[in-house]
Amino acid sequence: MYNQNQTELLKKAEVDKLDFFYDGTVHALKKINMPVFDRKVTAMIGPSGCGKTTLLRCFNRMHDLYPGNRYEGDIWTDQGINLLGRKVDPIEVRMRVSMVFQKPNPFPKSIFENVAYGLRVRGEKNRAVLEQKVEEALQNAALWKEVKDRLNDLASNLSGGQQQRLCIARALATTPEILLLDEPTSALDPIATASIEELIGDLKERVTILIVTHSMQQAARVSDFTAFMYMGEMVEFNETSQIFTQPAQQQTADYVSGRFG
Amino acid sequence: MPLPNKNSEDDLKLKAKIASSKFLDNAFQVIGVVTMILAILVLGTLIAKLFIDGIAQLNFDFLTKFPSSKAAKAGVYSAWVGSLIVILLTAAVAVPLGVGAAVYLEEYAEKNWFADFIEVNVTNLAGVPSIIYGLLGLGVFKYGLGLGSSLAAAGLTLALLVLPVVIVTTREGIRAIPGNVREAAYALGATKWQVIWDHILPYSMGTTLTGVIVALSRALGETAPLIVIGAVNFIAYLPENLLSPFTVLPIQMFDWVGRPDPAFQQNAAAAGIVIIAMTLGMNAIAIYLRYYLRRSIKW
Repeated sequence: MYNQNQTELLKKAEVDKLDFFYDGTVHALKKINMPVFDRKVTAMIGPSGCGKTTLLRCFNRMHDLYPGNRYEGDIWTDQGINLLGRKVDPIEVRMRVSMVFQKPNPFPKSIFENVAYGLRVRGEKNRAVLEQKVEEALQNAALWKEVKDRLNDLASNLSGGQQQRLCIARALATTPEILLLDEPTSALDPIATASIEELIGDLKERVTILIVTHSMQQAARVSDFTAFMYMGEMVEFNETSQIFTQPAQQQTADYVSGRFG
Repeated sequence: MPLPNKNSEDDLKLKAKIASSKFLDNAFQVIGVVTMILAILVLGTLIAKLFIDGIAQLNFDFLTKFPSSKAAKAGVYSAWVGSLIVILLTAAVAVPLGVGAAVYLEEYAEKNWFADFIEVNVTNLAGVPSIIYGLLGLGVFKYGLGLGSSLAAAGLTLALLVLPVVIVTTREGIRAIPGNVREAAYALGATKWQVIWDHILPYSMGTTLTGVIVALSRALGETAPLIVIGAVNFIAYLPENLLSPFTVLPIQMFDWVGRPDPAFQQNAAAAGIVIIAMTLGMNAIAIYLRYYLRRSIKW
C-alpha cells in the first residue's frame, strides 16, 4: 500500500470510526479513520478549525478534563487496548502517551524538577534513578549540554526554544509509547524551530510521533505520513511525499498548493 | 484618509483635539495625586495623634502589666496575649477550611446553577456586618456548643468572619494559574489530587497567604462581635486554656476610652499604637511572603 520500507511498517495505533463532540453538541470529528505507524512521524494538517488538534487530544484523553465532551469510536493500540474505552482510565492512557503543547508550559520549578515530575507522579523516589532518567531525557531532547550545570535554575529562565525542548524532555522522561506534539514550534523563532524539527527527526527512532502543524513546509520536512483534515473529516491520509506531490483529492491539492486555508 | 496639510484648518483642529485630550490626561493625574496625598495625610494624622497621646504611656511595663483601676499602673498584657491567641485560633480554623472550600469550588464542583449560587453567597458573606457574626457566634459557639465567653468561641467566630475573604482570595490565586500549566501536569498522568497538591496549592500560596494575613489584620481590630459573645474588659491573669475568658486589645482600648479619667485616654492611645504595630507587622509578613513565594512564578 505504501512505498517506503513496507517490510518495517508496523501499526502502533489505529483510529477507528472516531466521532467527537464538544460539550455534547458540537460535532468536531466525523468518522475519522487513520493508522498510526510505529516509530514514524505522522503530521496532521488542515485549515484552522478542521479538528486536527481535537484529534490529537483524543490520543491522551485531554478532552476528559472538561465536562460534556464525548467520544464515539475507538483508538486501538498495538497491544489491543482501546484508548477511548470506557473501562480504560485516562490517567493510564496519559502514562503511555505524552504530550507537548503549543506554547512552552514549564512548571515554575527547577529544570530538574520539571523533567522529573512525570517520574515522581509514577512514584519514583530513588534520587539516583531520577538523576539518570532526567539526564537521559535532556540528552534526548538535545538540551543537556546547555543546562547540565544549572539543573536547579528555574525553568522560566530558559529561552523560549529551550523551554520547549525542556517540555519535550519532560514528555520523554517517562519513555512514552506515543509522543503528541501540538504545533510545538508555533511560538518559536526560525532557529529554535529548526532545532526542534531536527530533534523530531532524531526522536522517531525511539518513539512514535504525532504532530499537528499549521505549516505545510514543516509537515513536508519532518513527517513520514500526513493526514489532511477539513471540517472535522479526514480528507486524505498518505505518505507525506504522496500528499504533497500527487494528492488523490482535489481539496488536498488545493490546500497544499496554498489555494485555500 | 490623507494627512492634513500643515497649518490647514484640519491640521489646527487635530492639534486642538490632541491638546484638549492631553489636558484631561494631566488633570486626571493631578486629581489622582491630590487624592492619594489626602488619604495618606488622614492616616498620618491619625497615627501621629495616637503617638502624641500614647507614647508617654508606651513602654515595656505597659506590655507586661495587667489592667488596673489606676491608669498609671495599667497595662495590656492580658489584652495582647488574648489578641494573639484569638488570631492564631482564627487562622488555624479559617485557613484549612477556606483553602479547602476554594479548592473544592474551583477544582471539583460542577459548574452549574448551584455553584453560582454558592459563589454569590460567599461573596455576599464577605460584606455582612461583623456584629451579625457576633450574633451567630453567640448562638452557635457560646450557647449551642457550650463554649461560653471563651477564647475558643472568639477564635471560631472570627474564623467565620474571615472565611469568605480567605475563600475568595484563594480562588483568585487558583484562577490565576494558566490552564496550560494545569494541562501539562495532567498530560504527564497526574491525578487530580497530585495536580492540586504539587501545582495548584504551591502556585496559589502567595495570593492565599496575602489574603489570609490581610483578613487576619482586619480580625485583629474587630471589637463588635467579641463584645457580643462576651469578651471581658478587665482580666488580671493570662488565659489557662482555650475555654478561659479573655480580652483583646480593641476591647481593652474601648474600655479605656469610655472612662472619665483623662489618664486612661493616654492608655487607650498607647493600646492603639500596639494594635497598629501588630497590624503593620502582619502586613510586612504578608508582603515578604508574597515576594518570597512568587519569586519563582512568572506566567
